[in-house]
Amino acid sequence: MLLSMQGISKSFAGIAALQSASLEIGESEIMALVGQNGAGKSTLIKILTGAYQRDEGTIRFQGKDVSFSSPAESQAAGIATIYQEINLAPQRSVAENIYLSREPRRFGLLDRKAMREGAAKVLKVFNLDIDVDLPVARFNAATRQMVSIARAVTQNARLLIMDEPTSSLDEREVEILFRTIRTLKQNGVAVVFIGHRLDELYAICDRVTIMRDGHTVAVSAMNDMPKMELVRHMLGRELAAFQALARDAGSDDARPVRLELKNAGSGLRVRDVDLSIRQGEISGLAGLLGSGRTETARIIFGVDRLERGSLHFNGSERNYAEPAAAIADGIGLVSEDRKVDGIIPDMSIRENMTLALLPKLKKAGIVDRARQDEIVSRFIRSLGVKCASPDQPIKELSGGNQQKVLLARWLCTDPSVLIVDEPTRGIDIGAKSEILKLLRSLADEGLSVLMISSELEELLAAADRVTVLSDGMSVAVLPRQQLSEQNLLAAMAHQIDGASGELA
Amino acid sequence: MTMTDTSLKPTATTASPLQLVSRYGVFVAFLALLVFNIAVTPNFLSWQTLNVNLTQVATIVIVATGMTLVIATGGIDLSVGSLMAISGALAPMIFMGKLLPIDNMALAVTLAFIIPVLVAAACGWFNGFLVTHFRIQPIVATLVFFIAGRGIAQVMTNGNLQVFKNPPFQFIAMGHIAGIPAQVVLMVVIAILAYCLIRFTVLGRQIIAVGGNEKAARLTGIPVRRVKTFVYVISGALAGIAGLIVVARNSASDANLVGMGMELDAIAAVAVGGSLLTGGRANIFGTLMGALVIQLVRYTLLANGVPDAAALVVKAGLIVVAVFIQQRADRS
Repeated sequence: MLLSMQGISKSFAGIAALQSASLEIGESEIMALVGQNGAGKSTLIKILTGAYQRDEGTIRFQGKDVSFSSPAESQAAGIATIYQEINLAPQRSVAENIYLSREPRRFGLLDRKAMREGAAKVLKVFNLDIDVDLPVARFNAATRQMVSIARAVTQNARLLIMDEPTSSLDEREVEILFRTIRTLKQNGVAVVFIGHRLDELYAICDRVTIMRDGHTVAVSAMNDMPKMELVRHMLGRELAAFQALARDAGSDDARPVRLELKNAGSGLRVRDVDLSIRQGEISGLAGLLGSGRTETARIIFGVDRLERGSLHFNGSERNYAEPAAAIADGIGLVSEDRKVDGIIPDMSIRENMTLALLPKLKKAGIVDRARQDEIVSRFIRSLGVKCASPDQPIKELSGGNQQKVLLARWLCTDPSVLIVDEPTRGIDIGAKSEILKLLRSLADEGLSVLMISSELEELLAAADRVTVLSDGMSVAVLPRQQLSEQNLLAAMAHQIDGASGELA
Repeated sequence: MTMTDTSLKPTATTASPLQLVSRYGVFVAFLALLVFNIAVTPNFLSWQTLNVNLTQVATIVIVATGMTLVIATGGIDLSVGSLMAISGALAPMIFMGKLLPIDNMALAVTLAFIIPVLVAAACGWFNGFLVTHFRIQPIVATLVFFIAGRGIAQVMTNGNLQVFKNPPFQFIAMGHIAGIPAQVVLMVVIAILAYCLIRFTVLGRQIIAVGGNEKAARLTGIPVRRVKTFVYVISGALAGIAGLIVVARNSASDANLVGMGMELDAIAAVAVGGSLLTGGRANIFGTLMGALVIQLVRYTLLANGVPDAAALVVKAGLIVVAVFIQQRADRS
């Protein structure tokens, strides 16, 4: 056994991120490490590399108990990490990057010749013949990644941790990367492969470790773990926190379609998505991490440009260049990452809530304070936002209350389509069911909701229909009658019987 | 740590001492300087002292007001001093008929007020264009005019000093309105307008939102590019006005000297006044007080026999202290 982490626990400010998690990796083994956002993968890796210190547990590496106090120490011991956003200096040459901070020296000066020759030699092992004097920025993502790997190899890494290495690669580049990983394996290097595209995991990994809610929930040889089973372990089941919400009985298909995507594509993440949202329904959008859910929402809302296919709003074709254009049509988006894309932290609740409405709140350019106050206090009351006063900076609110303010930001504009991306992420269970109930009642009043969620329970409880994405493509649409955990899991694992189109 | 209880209850937050200092420090410093001067500096409490200080601070406040708006969006404008030089070079050329002969003096003076300010605003628009369309960092984008602007002013005047005597034009610096120097009135009006812009208008909220979280601002439909361009235009126009005041006060326009170092004085006033240089806040009153504090420190040292060079060091010290307090207050 190359690495054995046992009983690892870690809390942040009293909240457990890891509870007795474990990870075992054999010599030259390729281990898949999977789990949802917040499952504890990156915390576990950061504890291994010494970026975080564990509260409990033991780590044995190459037969010795270890405790790294910094990433530099773990690196010296032979553990290298390659991050999603590749950590190279883009304007420096390939050779310089490979030897960054460990430059060979002669008489106290850089030995450029040794650097160049050393770099070329390592890259040759991976069948990569490039000019090592060119800056890294000149090469494509796959080559850059290879340079990162070469850098790790020259550091005599025994264990290489790769965090979503394929996320920015196209198919051909992924193949090159896999060849490199296999070469590493032959040279006695073990790999931890963190990823979400199931097909890739099955193609390259020997075993899989699945994490959920800070626990290691399953370890298995890749081939003994059916896809369905793997997805089930990843998503798990929350205790039935919210019972299915009552829906009005009208026939779904009779309702007019408000918004429709056909063969939509943009960049690498959204390849071919069909999706429709009817009036007065909650249309669910499911899929594993990296399946293109958020990116699909960004296209609809005009954050990213629709490059292929079509988008229709109320029957007429659209291609929004800016969110402002989508907003003008009555579309709203509550984004996944509240901190980054949602709140203006230092502004008050009042200002945050009315930001999208402001242009309609003005008289000769001046904010109509009376109307603004009236609207803000109405929504604070109707959504039950707990705050000291509307003047309080939004950053002081809890996650659930911030989310309510952001929902109100759109509701006060009286939208016809509301996109909510992970509407209950990071908020407590009470506020979760409140928000779901709210969305349900808004839909019953005629609002079209697109709900992106990675929580099955949430989709089952609130959605009228769920479109499932896998790897940037819509692979199934489950109508209400077919909505079940089993069917959702099957679709997410992309196990559809090709011939009949029926779900396995 | 036994602080978990307080962190769970965010409804009633009390400001830490540092936050109080950060909020009211500039005001306290201002009062302290007043008290010190009343006690120490001879003849401090006189109309003349007040006049000297206010007229000297007026141009800084005017430029710093524009700077506050730019900084509120998370940008910075290094070109203001050079734009002052352009506007200051242009105005005498207009009313002295060097550009094109204008017989009607009233018209010439009116144009001498309007055209330089429009030109400076256009330069500001160019700054904004570089920032929004080419995504050039503001410090680099405005460096273009910081360098080229003064050169342009010198080329326009062939590097000559323009000396003039034109009372109608010079009213902007020499005149009095109800006994108050015209430039001080102008300063107060501009500061009040900027305050109202931030406090009451939709555009004002959008400026703050863009600086507070640009991504989120775009996602609420705010025209981020237009908002950013606007603040650079305003900053340019205000620099243009300040340039007019300076040349009118001196009865001469020297493209080498007009607005020299103004960008740093303005940024210093904003920093000391408590607006974050990272954006998301615009404290116009703070900027006004910041400029007054810097001016008063300089006056205090001069009036008590400390040379101007030493006053610069004290000014630098002030900025360090102000920024230090702010960062600490933000972290707590």
